[in-house]
Amino acid sequence: MLKKLMLLASAATALSLGAQRALADGELHIYNWGDYTNPKLIEKFEKANNVKITMDSYDSNETMLSKVRTGDTGYDIVVPSDYTVKIMVDDGLLEKTEPNKMSNYKNIRPEAANVYWDDGRHYSVPWQFGSTTFAVNTEKFKGDINTLGILFNPPDELKGQINMLDDINSVIHAAERYAGVPRCGADKANLKKVNDVLQTAKPFWKTFSYDTRTKLVEGDVIASQIWNGDSYRGRQKVATITYAYPKEGVEGWMDNVAVLKGAKNLENAKLFQNFLMDPENAALISDFAGYDNGIKDSHKYAADAAWATSPELNPPAGAPKPEFVPPCSPDVVEIYNKIWTDLRK
Amino acid sequence: MVELSKATAVALAAEKATITRNRWLSFPAVAIIIVFGILPLLIIIVYSFLKAAPYGGVEWRFSTNAYVSFLFQKDIFDDTLQFSPNYLIIYFRTFLYAVATTVVCLLLGFPTAYFMATRPPSQRNIWVLLITIPFWSNLLVRTLAVMLVIRDQGLINNTLMALHLIDKPITMLYTNFAIMLGLLYSFLPFMVLPLYSSLEKLDFRLVEAGHDLYASKRQVLWRVIVPLSMPGIVAGCLLVFIPALGAYVTPLILGGGRHLMIGDLIAQQFGTGRNWPLGSAQALILMAAVLVALYFYSRPGVKQGTHG
Amino acid sequence: MAKAAPPLDIKAQTGFRTVAYLCLLVLYLPIAVLVIFSFNSGNQIMHWEGFGAGWYGSAFYNQDFHSAAITTMTIAAVATVISTIAATLAAIGMTRTKAWPGMAAAFMIINLPLMVPEIITAVATLSFFALLSTTIGLSFGLGNLILAHTVFCIPFAYMPIKARLEDMDLTLENAAADLYATPWNAFRRITLPLLVPGIASGAALAFIISFDDFTITQLVAGPGQTTLPLYIWTQIRLPLTPEINAISTILLLVSVAFIFMSFWIARERK
Repeated sequence: MLKKLMLLASAATALSLGAQRALADGELHIYNWGDYTNPKLIEKFEKANNVKITMDSYDSNETMLSKVRTGDTGYDIVVPSDYTVKIMVDDGLLEKTEPNKMSNYKNIRPEAANVYWDDGRHYSVPWQFGSTTFAVNTEKFKGDINTLGILFNPPDELKGQINMLDDINSVIHAAERYAGVPRCGADKANLKKVNDVLQTAKPFWKTFSYDTRTKLVEGDVIASQIWNGDSYRGRQKVATITYAYPKEGVEGWMDNVAVLKGAKNLENAKLFQNFLMDPENAALISDFAGYDNGIKDSHKYAADAAWATSPELNPPAGAPKPEFVPPCSPDVVEIYNKIWTDLRK
Repeated sequence: MVELSKATAVALAAEKATITRNRWLSFPAVAIIIVFGILPLLIIIVYSFLKAAPYGGVEWRFSTNAYVSFLFQKDIFDDTLQFSPNYLIIYFRTFLYAVATTVVCLLLGFPTAYFMATRPPSQRNIWVLLITIPFWSNLLVRTLAVMLVIRDQGLINNTLMALHLIDKPITMLYTNFAIMLGLLYSFLPFMVLPLYSSLEKLDFRLVEAGHDLYASKRQVLWRVIVPLSMPGIVAGCLLVFIPALGAYVTPLILGGGRHLMIGDLIAQQFGTGRNWPLGSAQALILMAAVLVALYFYSRPGVKQGTHG
Repeated sequence: MAKAAPPLDIKAQTGFRTVAYLCLLVLYLPIAVLVIFSFNSGNQIMHWEGFGAGWYGSAFYNQDFHSAAITTMTIAAVATVISTIAATLAAIGMTRTKAWPGMAAAFMIINLPLMVPEIITAVATLSFFALLSTTIGLSFGLGNLILAHTVFCIPFAYMPIKARLEDMDLTLENAAADLYATPWNAFRRITLPLLVPGIASGAALAFIISFDDFTITQLVAGPGQTTLPLYIWTQIRLPLTPEINAISTILLLVSVAFIFMSFWIARERK
């Protein structure tokens, strides 16, 4: 019996060590948002470059940053949002891979090339971009949905049926828009207004979660803060999930693919960045998650023709333009953190 | 000059050899736990006295910020240090949940364990097996199962709506009730098994004696059975109370992010909250509460011999 | 003084039978729902559309499920082996023997993982490995998780082994000593075989504990180290299909199998 145990032990150890050693050649380790990547995209890259890809997921920029800070995560590629790229560049966390010199760079849309967080694209390539507001299942609520009042001063049928993103920036910025005060402002009186708006609205919210599409589709909530692509996918399952364009303002964001400093598979990571700037591949990305991307002409290759003309991607005339919000100054962030702790207790 | 006789010397040497042997035998287990179990705990003690780095991790500078911010916050709008009950509220709420879960588990578990203990021996094994199976199955799977039963489009609501007893779903998921139910569901076997263990050893002649003295069933229950099974009751309560205090998965899945318990609060600091020292401090405060509970358990007079 | 009442079952208490059956119902209803709806042929998880085992097929071909299963098995197997060996040695060194200085402390240390709430162990372990990797650059890859699991598996393996040792009949070993067997021979040919049920029981327990762990694994896992519980967690957050029921049922079957094994081994060879 002991002999058998010893045998088993050595076999198992060998197996796991072998698995580790297999990490050495032709690999790429990606850390991306959950439910965000087309498996076909991964397959295509793996076949074309003879590379084995592993992918793990996170659900917020903060989680990803936190993990990266635990050091030597083993990941090569991360996908931070706009303001997070700026933070990571400033902190020296990213490799300067110079996508602007890569062969596919010519396909990038001009508005995605010179952005405040990576002007001239020295570190990152665009992945997808979109807007954040909220969606309502209009089968269960028939009123006007194009106002942030739905979230912060809901009508009776929606009380207790709302989900908010578990995201400090999305929630606070939305409250700022509703209260009519500027983003990242340090004025104490304005911040107090924002705090009051949030505290008043909190009893009407059911959950704080990133699983927005799931909650709407499963009927756990009737309204939810949500990203436009998620809303589009939700609508494929439940046709009455309608994306709102509140008159008080809409948040915009862009996710980018960047390489972590000290990444072990640097060459493969660069190949991946270049790969993503090809219009066909960009189309694959958008096909899956429903967001728009920063590459020209990808709409031609979209598998679902309806996607390009969907209401989630094309705001109606007169809707506010999506607003990209740079990171706030540290003292404002501190106050935001306090407001958030108060809210989440 | 004292001369040890040869036999004594040999015996002493043998004893010493045995002690050394025993020490070496225990060494692997103890070493593994010290290096990978105790050392990490020491590290978070140190972390709790450090400063938080802006985006996660720690800066190696001494600071009592973590402990101070547990109780006090700079007021948002006038910068004065104010008593802030946010975290205390979460700890208190968790404590209430844990107590409530323990009480309900006891009320349900005691009769069950007693019933099991009074079955004929062949049946008893089957009962034990039945109670044990959920105990060992995956917690995530069991919590998912509870979710499927209580959500707005889950079993209970679907059935009630199909029977036209209600026309809008009853909100059960993502409420305090859901968390309580989840905790109860997770910990009921933890209460039943030690109680059963204790009750099985009960000397029923004492019960018989009670009846011979014309006591009613209830009197026998309260004055004979319960006191005799006290070690089992205490063990069961501890086995429920302590893990309930540190529960993480259940409120995570069933609470919807709106009802934080200590476990989720701590995890948050190491994730989106990006405040490792605060998380460490919170963890240590929880640990202190657990140690207090254990201390009361180990006081003589309460513990009567049964401990694994 | 006449006993006019019907024959009294002194052991029965009113209402206890009902409560017991109620407990069983409460414990098994959610599990039953989970298992039954895994045979739902429809797409929506709670809308019964007909009987079919299709989702088991889909689970079978699910690559992510496969790799999570392999990772989980690997971790559990290695952690079980290490922890069972360590626990066996420690049990032998600390049971049925005269108390040696430091034995009480050793006993407490071995039981420590049982007393610390899992979330605390999880964040402590995370901090420990993060510190190792940022300062010395040392990381054991999957070994990090394996070591973390081993720590809490040891006390679980320890308990049945110790119980078995305490139950064992000393006369056989005394007889061996009388027949001039060396301690090592006596151990190898008498004690160890008699101890095997305890060891096997402890190993089964350790395996299941490692297999099912979520909290510690979630915080400590690195890239590509998704275990089955972690996989289920990510799936719960997406719109649910009966595939998750199928996968969960498979997990339940594994747990049940191990419990049966543990029970059976412990009962035999009394």
